[in-house]
Amino acid sequence: MSTVAAPPLSAPAERIRGLLSTTPLSDRVEVRDLDLPTLEVAPSDWPAVARFLRDDPGCRYDLFLDLAGVDNLKRKGQKTRFEAVVHLHSLPKNEHVRVKVLLPDGAPPALPTARDVWPAADWFEREAFDLCGFDFPGHPNLRRILCHDAFVGNALRKDYAPGQRWFATEEDMKMPAWSQETEARAGHFETQTLSIGPSHPATHGIVHLIARIDSERITRAETQIGYLHRCFEKMAETHTWNGVIPYTDRLNYVSAMINGVGYVRTVEKMLGVEIPERGILVRTILSEFSRIMDHCVNIGANLVDIGALTNFWYLYQPRETIYGLLEACCGARLTVSYVRVGGLAIDVPEDFVARCRALLESIPKFLSDVDRLVTNNRIVRNRLQGTGLVSKEQAVAWGLTGPMLRASGVPYDVRRARPYDFYDRFDWDVAVSTEGDNLARYLVRMEEMRQSLSIIRQAIEIFPEKGPVNSSDWHVVLPPKDAVYHDMESLIYHFKLIMEGIRVPRGERYEWIEAANGELGFYAISEGGGGPYRLKVRPPCFPMMAAFEKIIIGGTISDAIATLGTLNVIAGELDR
Amino acid sequence: MFSAGKPLPGYDPKTGVGGTSDFLTTRLDAMVAWARSNSLWPLPFATACCGIEFMSVVSSHYDLSRFGAEVVRFSPRQADLLIVAGTVTDKMAPVLRKIYLQMPEPKWVISMGVCASSGGFYRAYHVTQGIDEIIPVDVYVPGCPPTPEELMYGILELQRKIRSGELSRDGRSARLAAEKPA
Repeated sequence: MSTVAAPPLSAPAERIRGLLSTTPLSDRVEVRDLDLPTLEVAPSDWPAVARFLRDDPGCRYDLFLDLAGVDNLKRKGQKTRFEAVVHLHSLPKNEHVRVKVLLPDGAPPALPTARDVWPAADWFEREAFDLCGFDFPGHPNLRRILCHDAFVGNALRKDYAPGQRWFATEEDMKMPAWSQETEARAGHFETQTLSIGPSHPATHGIVHLIARIDSERITRAETQIGYLHRCFEKMAETHTWNGVIPYTDRLNYVSAMINGVGYVRTVEKMLGVEIPERGILVRTILSEFSRIMDHCVNIGANLVDIGALTNFWYLYQPRETIYGLLEACCGARLTVSYVRVGGLAIDVPEDFVARCRALLESIPKFLSDVDRLVTNNRIVRNRLQGTGLVSKEQAVAWGLTGPMLRASGVPYDVRRARPYDFYDRFDWDVAVSTEGDNLARYLVRMEEMRQSLSIIRQAIEIFPEKGPVNSSDWHVVLPPKDAVYHDMESLIYHFKLIMEGIRVPRGERYEWIEAANGELGFYAISEGGGGPYRLKVRPPCFPMMAAFEKIIIGGTISDAIATLGTLNVIAGELDR
Repeated sequence: MFSAGKPLPGYDPKTGVGGTSDFLTTRLDAMVAWARSNSLWPLPFATACCGIEFMSVVSSHYDLSRFGAEVVRFSPRQADLLIVAGTVTDKMAPVLRKIYLQMPEPKWVISMGVCASSGGFYRAYHVTQGIDEIIPVDVYVPGCPPTPEELMYGILELQRKIRSGELSRDGRSARLAAEKPA
């Protein structure tokens, strides 16, 4: 590694390089400074680097966020065809880092598993195996996870046609081998295998839980997902930057607005475009309303599962009223497609502030009604208190984020840890509980809704009555329609944007925000074209669902159902 | 079909004797169809975003029980209307087919949203391009997702179809349903 002409590094990257120089890895790991400190390593060094990053007191990258497989087949100037891109977060240092494991050409792409360093890597590695065909020697359960078992090929490789389907029949649906074994142990005649889902009222979206129960207790469990794998990432590669926005709405469709904001923020950072204050505030207000909607449905559905149907109707009412606000803004209720790269699709209606104020007045009533009905209810307490326990260490090791992590006593909220937009200007608290059980997660969500209301209240106070919501950079945002009709230059901008898409400079970026159920990250690679070369979502549900089969061991089936409800797993985002 | 509301000859409004209060005439199958159409028991096969809008439809604001179709059953053995709400992937398709086959006759299928109807904007490697590849469909409801009003209109159209005595499946789909998918 030459240090002569290397450009100056940012402080975190410089620190990592300094720490590395004391280890035998120093001359084999290249530290670069992109949007995040980026380490480039060879597969053989990956286990040592992984341990260094997790254990070194100067690093402590303890939260495994994401693993993206990248196929550089049509990308210029890359060292190898395949690379595995890992994103990590350090809770003590409050920093992100990226590691690129460059998989040498000429051999089948393979890298050692990092599962024993970060248990959260388990499912992410299976996903890379499934979609990119990477092998992970040492991984004990390397099977397809998203695509069905009759699938042939690796869908996210660049030489795979986006529309190439493979049919699956019932015979192709494989159950895990252990579930087929006969339970012949004497005295345990009540041992049996129970299959819940994929179409089951308590799974909320389609996941498949296979559990071995010994009389009442679950002794082994496995979840199968992928039943809603709609190929988001492949679809993103075939669309323009703005054309991806409707697809992002359908990731976490319960709070669609937040996904769109997370995605366009990534693209805007790559472009370096600034959004007017008013536009940002609209995004913040609607995102926080979406968070409330999301928590309403989550808590409501969870309570339905444990037998408290009334609350669902109570909590659905604020959702309907918030739908009214979204519909007034953009015309759609659920899948809003309201954001655009560089701003919003259209300005908010004139009575936006009045509508928000009306909602701020009506929503607390529903929350306090449910609070009084539920929080101290004996049955609810019996079902939620002490069940679905996740300790602080487990939550971090399993890569959990959002309310799940905060309910286990880790106050990590992206809005506070790395304030984006105007979250540092508002006075609000991060809801944290130390119990780590289902009740804690319920209470954290209830408190987050109140905090969101407070954020919205403050945002409305500083909301400018008039002003633009969009950037005026016409390389990014469509010029006003009136100008398009009357002035040649605007017409050209309009034509170029519609026909070719936004020209995002070559490069890569990982941007992350706090979605309703955790850290939602978008890792985008641009090759300078009108659309993404590769777009990887860091779905907050994915590690939660992976942890589910570990959380429920030792509990009863009814506890498992109550736990599944508090995870807030949305299939659209889980399977993408 | 009998006509309600209009007094028949012989009905005395003062005493309430005679006319409609005594008897009506209709065909048995029309009577059965009328009863069936107003007591649909849906099985929400809610896979994705459309499932959330289906929740709106059954919630208090839109209240599907006004049309007699609010008794949501998650067991195919107890349902006669399959509402496929959301994207069906190739991994999910065998499950959907099995659930359809488990429902007792007579049964109807509403395809809610463009994903279920045609794959929608997911022209992709893992998405079934319309559930009519594997099961027959009676009513297609467009939208991504359809608004609650649209779904309710779809249910009203299905009720009309049932009352009119139309066969619940066209020949093409029925043949497809009888065959195994390739």
